[in-house]
Amino acid sequence: MHLIFFLIFAAFCLAGAVNLLVQTHPINSALSLIVVMISLAVLYLLLGAEFLAAAQIIVYAGAVMVLFTFVVMLLNAGSEERTHGSHAAYSIGLPAVVAIFAIIATVLLRAQGLGTVGPANAITTTEELSTVLFTELLLPFEVTSVLILIAILGAVALASKGRGEANAPKERSQR
Amino acid sequence: MNGFLAQQVPLSWFLLLSAALFALGIVGFLFKRNLITIFLSIELMLNAVNLSFVTFASQWHAVKGQIFVFFVMMVAAAESAVGLAIIIAIFRVRATLAVDQIDRMKR
Repeated sequence: MHLIFFLIFAAFCLAGAVNLLVQTHPINSALSLIVVMISLAVLYLLLGAEFLAAAQIIVYAGAVMVLFTFVVMLLNAGSEERTHGSHAAYSIGLPAVVAIFAIIATVLLRAQGLGTVGPANAITTTEELSTVLFTELLLPFEVTSVLILIAILGAVALASKGRGEANAPKERSQR
Repeated sequence: MNGFLAQQVPLSWFLLLSAALFALGIVGFLFKRNLITIFLSIELMLNAVNLSFVTFASQWHAVKGQIFVFFVMMVAAAESAVGLAIIIAIFRVRATLAVDQIDRMKR
């Protein structure tokens, strides 16, 4: 059961990631990233992380990707233009990516002692997770809320219309 | 059939999938020419790293690995909010999302 689900959703993951690279319009890339994220949520469930599977769908596939599609539709920028890009990216970047993947893959395939996962494995319940989160790791959790508050303020300050824009006085005179 | 249903999945397969997703994210980051798609590639890389965190948490039966993924999700949400605000600000000034044309700091 676990094997079938893993094969199906790993294939979905890889297909979505490749589709993200192949598509030229950003909205298609964003939608294929949603496919990747939902398949990853299923893989989290297979690994016994039930809370993270729910959070993955709610936070990533829900909130973050809605923000992305909203911005893509707001800006209405159209398809990507195919340009040459930089030579350094092709000459150094591509071999480097292949080398990194090859190194990681060989290390993983040689690694001893990695376990397996199956139906008999225990599921980490939300209760266990929250017990650790709200006792041992309470301070990092509270600091994260401060981080999110700062991010909200920064996003509002960046996205609101600043003074140094060319079109700002024009709108003011229209009012 | 019952034996097939109870078949185990090696954890190294999850890690290989995570490495493949990370490599695809790097390729997107290097070769896509649209600002939003580059940002989507960064999100893909974050997701790939999250998958390996969850895999190792399952390997060691550790709850803290999963909590770290929770923190990564929170930081990624904050990061995407700020990043998209920056993209909107850039688009308002330059009226384009092509990274080849956003090169004022080179000149």
